[in-house]
Order: sequence, then structure tokens, then C-alpha cells
Amino acid sequence: MRAFEYVRAASVAEAVGALRDDDEAQFLGGGTNLVDLLRLGVARRGRLVDVSGLPLDTVQDGPDGLRIGAAVRNSDLAAHPAVRRDYPALSQALLAGATGQLRNMATTAGNLLQRTRCLYFQDVTKPCNKRVPGSGCPARQGVHRDLAVLGTSEACIATHPSDMAVALAALDATVLTTGPAGDRTLALDDFHRLPGDEPDRDTVLQHGELVTAVQLPPPSPLSSSSVYRKVRDRASFAFAVGSVAAGLVVDGGTVVDVALAFGAVAHRPWRARVAEAALRGGPATAAAFGAALDRELAAATPLPDNAFKVPLIRAVAVAELSRLAGLGTDGGRTEDGA
Amino acid sequence: MTGTVAAPSTEQTAEQTGGRTSAPAHRVEGREKVTGRAHYAYEYPVDEVAYAWAVCADVPHGRVRHVDVDAAMGLPGVLAVLWHGNAPRMASTGDAMQDQLQSDRVHFRGEVVAVVVATTAEQAREVAGLVRVDYATEPHRSVLTEDDPSLYRPEQLNAGIPTTSEMGDPDAAFERSEVRVDEVYRTPGLHNNAMEPHATTAVWTDDRVTLWDSNQGSTPVRDAVCQVFELPRDRVRVVSTHVGGGFGSKGTPRPQVVLAVLAARHVGRPVRMALTRQQMFALVGYRTPTIQRVRLGADRTGRLQVIDHRAVVQTATHQEFAEQVGVATRVMYAARHRRTDHHVAVLDVPIPSWMRAPGECPGMYALESAMDELAVRLGMDPVELRIRNEPATDPERGTPFSSRNLVACLRRGADLVGWADRDPRPRSRREGEWWIGTGVASSTYPAYASPASASATAHPDGGYTVRVNATDIGTGARTALLVLAAEALGAARDRVRILIGDSDLPEAGVAGGSMGTASWGWAVTKVCAALRAELEDRFPDGPAEDLTVQASTEEDLQDRADVTRQAFGAQFATVRVSDVTGEIRLDRMVGVFAAGRIVNPVTARSQFLGGMTMGVGMALLEEGVMDAAFGDYANHDLATYHVPVNADIRDIHVEWIDEHDEQVNPMGTKGIGEIGIVGAAAAVANAVHHATGIRVRSLPVHLEDVASWAR
Repeated sequence: MRAFEYVRAASVAEAVGALRDDDEAQFLGGGTNLVDLLRLGVARRGRLVDVSGLPLDTVQDGPDGLRIGAAVRNSDLAAHPAVRRDYPALSQALLAGATGQLRNMATTAGNLLQRTRCLYFQDVTKPCNKRVPGSGCPARQGVHRDLAVLGTSEACIATHPSDMAVALAALDATVLTTGPAGDRTLALDDFHRLPGDEPDRDTVLQHGELVTAVQLPPPSPLSSSSVYRKVRDRASFAFAVGSVAAGLVVDGGTVVDVALAFGAVAHRPWRARVAEAALRGGPATAAAFGAALDRELAAATPLPDNAFKVPLIRAVAVAELSRLAGLGTDGGRTEDGA
Repeated sequence: MTGTVAAPSTEQTAEQTGGRTSAPAHRVEGREKVTGRAHYAYEYPVDEVAYAWAVCADVPHGRVRHVDVDAAMGLPGVLAVLWHGNAPRMASTGDAMQDQLQSDRVHFRGEVVAVVVATTAEQAREVAGLVRVDYATEPHRSVLTEDDPSLYRPEQLNAGIPTTSEMGDPDAAFERSEVRVDEVYRTPGLHNNAMEPHATTAVWTDDRVTLWDSNQGSTPVRDAVCQVFELPRDRVRVVSTHVGGGFGSKGTPRPQVVLAVLAARHVGRPVRMALTRQQMFALVGYRTPTIQRVRLGADRTGRLQVIDHRAVVQTATHQEFAEQVGVATRVMYAARHRRTDHHVAVLDVPIPSWMRAPGECPGMYALESAMDELAVRLGMDPVELRIRNEPATDPERGTPFSSRNLVACLRRGADLVGWADRDPRPRSRREGEWWIGTGVASSTYPAYASPASASATAHPDGGYTVRVNATDIGTGARTALLVLAAEALGAARDRVRILIGDSDLPEAGVAGGSMGTASWGWAVTKVCAALRAELEDRFPDGPAEDLTVQASTEEDLQDRADVTRQAFGAQFATVRVSDVTGEIRLDRMVGVFAAGRIVNPVTARSQFLGGMTMGVGMALLEEGVMDAAFGDYANHDLATYHVPVNADIRDIHVEWIDEHDEQVNPMGTKGIGEIGIVGAAAAVANAVHHATGIRVRSLPVHLEDVASWAR
């Protein structure tokens, strides 16, 4: 690993200033992903500016909702009473990620900014358009069981690995940043990019732009109902094969409001707006849920070894929406089984 | 309660074994290990040490034309860059793992093509990533198929086992059989991932070299270094006090041994070298993928007429390793007509090698899956089917078994899990969204022993020192030997000191083949009994000065009767499969083993459940994914090559039955390091079939193979 300079930023301004004129510097949060990437040679930096000690480590419950500091640790956020009460999908998503040790280190901003675990991205001896733009993407012909089926491009089929971000997408979170060009507020849905022909850019952040907080809107029946379900090969310490964050409000058998986002299927958390639009105002039945999912997933571009993610996501989303609608996991045939 | 592993019941164990199990002993070195004072190979304090880092081929086949040493030498901290172009020519042991930097050929992706030596590990690693290697690339083939053009029948299999066996007329008998199974089972490349990666610290002092090395036997490491560097034995010492696992991958030296010694000699300083987790997937030996066709034919009463098991495995182009996949099939069940056969494909792949129960492990997955399929087709209980085909003698050699208690294991396990109440129909039990299923499989592993020598000293203060070059790779071998030594000496355990893990100690075999306790324990028991007799005879009041005796078991081993020595077991798994996602979770596993005398119940239980856990990984998680384009195992780290974590292993219950066997060795032990993995994957896969009605014949079983939406 390349020798690098390590500095601890004393203030937000100092952190932003430290990166302003240094293209080889990068912010360091909990280090649970970046340090691995440095060791692997995937990331090569001249300087790390540690922002984990900045006073961005509080969760503030206010009239505008919940403001989550960028440096709040994943374990603390998962355990926060307001999160557990008003945004259960977020707490569930956090606890579904990584391990206790990693959650104790990982920060909110770091979780959003973690890189894909695509095998080719992490192996510097192989081409990868995300790591070395223009070098090619071997994943399409190669190992891609875990990779994207939605919003892919010729250049890249990587997935975003975060669980937390999927819940945040469903909960209409916004990301607050500050940087050389001033402060910005970005919808989480707009924060992560689709790969297009610039897969090296995971997000819309500019160099030196620092995430300071994530803002959740005030609690609502939708957010309080929200759930997160992660499907994984291993019972713990594994990235999702697919995941669903869902919230649903039903009145008299009709869908009043719905939020739906998928994880591990795209380059960013996939907010299922097509399905949501199809469901709103319609019947809360398993058949309607299935039809809406089919419309959403019609856009999928699966490959041979990840094609199963399409029926998987459909099944999980229908099951969770059905459960939220009080229909049971399989259209009412059985009670809660998990 | 879920999330915990059933606690050992030592009381019950002592009762079960008729008092022949010794009182439980906690690890002799446990305190050192948990307080961090136990030094592993990379950690021995050595002054002026430099660090070596491997540069690995990023082409799967070809030739190294040039390595740009000059450019690398200018980088910070670099002491040397060695490749075949500047490394000295060295003698060959005949094992390609020791032929390092001796040729320009690249046989597989990930092979070591150069080594960087630098002042710090970080510098060495950085430069290893920057060194420019110029390759002439050649076409490669790295994916195993059953019709590979290179397939051949090897002269013999691993460990000298015959390639084929045949009795009667299996083809005709199969055609005649009333009930038949003819299926193909596949297992992927499986990778050894001991907690402690392969590591060596090498220190030259004048013309002598000392190695602190992580291995399963320091004698073969010493012998390899002697051969390669053409040194007499008394100039090489290999110390391996503590070793963090091996699974077979440290049975003989891996590349870092020769490279560390070479680098240390070259730079004139001590050198440490460790492999990274990623490098281990190519450099330390892995279990070959297998393609196995099993044909079983039975009459309607379930009596097997024919067992036909043919395996296809892979090896590297420059070294043969022919895994003995069909070997367990030769001893398991009675049938007049039988065949086992093996073919090997030669591919541009890393050298496969030993991994916990080579042969038995993948072979029994296939055989025990086929037995389950036969039971289903017969409409017979799978436990009963196995009992019905119990042979009176070794079905191929005709020799008696020294002891064989498979049936007792099956019956005990069936009682423990309430098997009698099982509804045999697949997809018959559901709890919420989960389909529940149970499965059974048999286990077996040979009771080997190898010659060993030991010495024992009685001290005037009433204490004893026992020496044997055993290796404790985390199994508890040191503790088991202490138990046996104290017992043979008639001394309290705290008066006995046991010295192992040093090639200067009396020579003994490796920690492999589940024969450590049998081989080393035999020598220890013999030498301690001899010392005790000598003391009773000559020094009834204790010796005035140190009294040492020596013993070897070489002749004892030659004098053994011609019987089949084999441990057996039965494994029962309960799984649930989500109707929504296809996710498979293991609820419970029960293993009952008949493995002779159990010396130390505490560490023995860990061995069994560790093997079973590894078998669960094989069934559901572990999968080396060969990347056809690049010719490497693409998922080469523990984030992407999954092994079970605590949450996957909720409830494992291990028992052993009382088994007295005086024909294995004087202690009556059969070896327990490997049998736990054998059959475990089949039990889980059979349970998945029972849960879902879907038979998956390729491991690991993925959720998309069994999900309701995948039908």
C-alpha cells in the first residue's frame, strides 16, 4: 500500500479546506471500506483527512424531522429510539448490515459512500471501468450473480452495497453537504448515480464536498410502518443478494400511500416509483402488488446468472407489502412466519 | 435456544464411554493464546528483520519474459527483487510448491513470479504491486468439464490409493436392478482458509538456518529446505510452536517457505514472509472441483446390487494431484457388483491439494446424496436403507473391520432427532413461510497411523518431560498428548511437560490424515510406559538425575494385522427454506460418531463440530467461482468466499458412542479431525430436498435453486 499522510480535521471548514487543493486527498470516516481498498491498491491516496471526530455525531429530532450527523456510527443510529419508533426500516437495515464490530466503526456518510463489492472492482489485476475508466467490464461475461439487473449500462453492472441507503431512499431522506462551492441539499434518490458511461462516479458529490448530515422528513404513518427485508446467502455478515424497503398505508382496502425501494439490484438504491404510482389509490391486494412489481421490473436487464433477482425482488416486495396490508406473506395463506 | 451451540456434557460423555474417556482437559496453551503471548510464525521477535512479498502472475498461462528489477530497486526500502532471471538455481524436491523462481513458465494465474524484499511489509507490498512483469501469454483452459480433452486415468490417486476398483459386472447388474439411481453430482473448488495464513520467519546464522513456520509438520518442512538448499539436516531447524489451522494446506511447505529462506540468504538479514488471504486461494492448495456420476441399483427390498462411482477432478499442468474421491465408496455398503474410477483433467489452474478429508468429503457428498435418492425411489426410510446394506466385512478387500459401528451411530442419531416421527414426504412440513426438512447421511474416515518416535525424561524432582515432534494446529493435540503421557506415566498432568513443534525433537509425522493422536500418542504412550517400567524397576524412589528413554513405533506399525480400520458416523440435519426468498437456514445438526476412544472430550467435541460446520459451509456457502476468462478463482477473499458464521450454526449436537478397538493402536483411538466434515453436506442437501421437494445436485445449494419462484 502506498504511504500516505494522515491528518485529523478539527472542523468542517478545515476538512473541506484540506481537500480543496489536493486531488490525492480523501475524507476518512470509520475506514471500514476505504482502508480495505487502500490495502488492495484499489484506492491510492496521498492524504487521508479523518472526519470521524468532527462534531457531526449527533441525531437531532426536530420539527423538520430527524437530522442524522454524518459521523453518527451505524450501531448508534440503529439503536436510536426515534429511529426505532418512527423509521423502523432504517434501524432494521442498519442491523442487517455487516457485523457488530463494523457497525460500531462505520459512519452514516461512510455507509452512503462505500464502494461496490464487485469482484472485478476489487481486483486490481483485472479490468474495471469503475476503477480504471475505459478498461472494460469483464463482469457481463464473467462472474455477475450478485450484480445489477436495473439501471445498468454497457460500461458497468455494479451494485451499491449499502442496506442503510435503501431504507433511506424509501424514507425520502435528503443528504446535506458542504464544499468549496457551498452547501447543497440532495434527495437521496439523486445522490447516488446510475453508471451510464461514467461508472467511476458513484455519486454526484464533487471532490472536496463533505457530507454533513442526512435529513429524514417528519415521521408519518408511512415511515412508522416501514420495514426492511434483506435476502442473503449467509445468515449474517453478508451483502444482500436482494433487499426491499417498504412502507404502506392502507385505508378501507385502498392504498393511500406507499414507498418501495430495492437494494443490491442497481448502481444505487432503487426507488420503485413506477410500482408506487401504480399502487397509489388502487386495491391493496397481492394481485395488485404483483402487477405493480411487474411494471417496475419490466425495465430489468438481467444477465444469465443474476436473472433470478427479478423474481426474487418481486416475491420479497409482494410478501412485505402483503404483510403490511395484513394479508400475510403469501396472499393470506399463512400467518407471519419469520 | 437459537444462536448458541449446545454446551458439552462431559458427564454424559464419560458415562457413554464407560469411563474410558479421560477427564476433560483444557488446552495447555490456552492462556498463552488468549492473552496474545503465544507467538505464531510471523510474530517471533527477530532483530533487523526484512519483509518479503510475493509478486503473483496475472496471466493464467505463458512465460515471464522480463521483470524490471532496476526500476523497483530505486523505490523506498527495497532490498531485493528476485525472479527466475536472477534467482539462483536450486535443487528440486519434485514438489512444484517448492520449485520457486526456477523457471520462466507461468502455470496458473496467481503463481509467484517474483519476490520483493524490503525494510517494511508495507514497502514490500507496495513495490510488489508496482513491479513491471513482462509476460508472453499463451491460451488457457481453466474450467473443469466432464468431457475435457485432457482427461486421463492417473496411475494412482493421492496417498498411493488405487485409481480404480471393480468387482462383478456393475454395468449388467445396473441394467438388471429393479430400482436405480443414475445421477451426476458436482462440487466446486473449495478453499483452505486457516485463520493463520501461511507464514515463515527465516533466520540464517552462518551456515545454519532457523525457520519459524506455520505448518502441519516441521519435519517435512525441514527436509524440503535441506533438499532445496542442499543442506545437511543438522543445519536446518524448523520451529512451529503454535499453528493457527491448516486443514491439510500446511501438510507440506507452501511457497513462502523456500522464498523466505532464499530471500533471507540473499539480503543477509532475517526475513518474514506471509501470504495474504487473497494469495492463499491460488498458492496453498484447494479441494478440486468434482463431477461425480453415481449409479446405484437395488432390489425392491432395498438391497444394493451395484454401486458405481466415477469421479472427474482437475489438476494443474505441472503437478498431479488426483483426489481419491471414490475411496469411501469402497468401504461403505455391501453390494456384489461395484466400481470406483477416477479421471483427471489437466488445466491451467492452481495446484489442488489436501483439504480436510480429501476424497471422503466430496465422495461421500455424492454417494450419500444418491443413497437418499434411492431411499426416495424405494419408498424406504433412508436410515433403514443404510442399515440394510451394512456389510459384514470390508466389501472390497474382504478383510474384517477392526470395529464398525455405523449402525449404532445411525440409530442413536435417529433417536436424538426423533426420526421415527418423520413424515418422509418432501414438502410436507411448513411453519409460516418456511418449509422444514430433515436429512441424514453417513460419515466415515480411515483410522491411519504413521511411525513416530518420542523421548521421555524423568526428573529428580518428580516431574517429567516428554518430547515428540507433533504439531498442534489448533486441534488440541498438545493437550491430548499430555493426557496420554500422564496416564502412561501414572503421573499427575501438572507434573508432565510436553514439547512439540520443533524439528529438533524426536521425529514424527504430520498433523494430517486424522492420525496425529494415533501416531504421536502411540509413541508417547510407548515411551512413557517404558520410562515408568524403568523407574519402577531401577529407581523406585525416583531417579537421582535425569533419566531419559526413547521409543519408536516403526516396528509396531509393521506388525499390525490386516484389518480395515475405519471410523464411522451419522449426521442429521434440519433445515428450513423460505417460500418467499428460497433462503436456506440450518436449524439443527446432530452428529454421532464411532471413532474409538476419545482422549479429551473438550477438544474432541470442537474437532467434530468444526468439521460439521465446515460441511454446512460446503453444502450452502463455500464456492470457488472459476473465472473462465481470467483463469482464477474470482472470489478470493472471505468477504466473497463465504464460510459459515455464528448465525448460520444455531444448534449443533455432537455425541460419540463407546467404541473399544484394540486393533487400531494401544490407545484405541481412531482419529477425529476429518470425519466431522464427511457426509455433513449430504445431510444438509438431503434435508433441503425433504423440505422443498427439489433435488439440487450441485453444491453449494443456492437460494435461487430452491425458491418457489424458480420452479
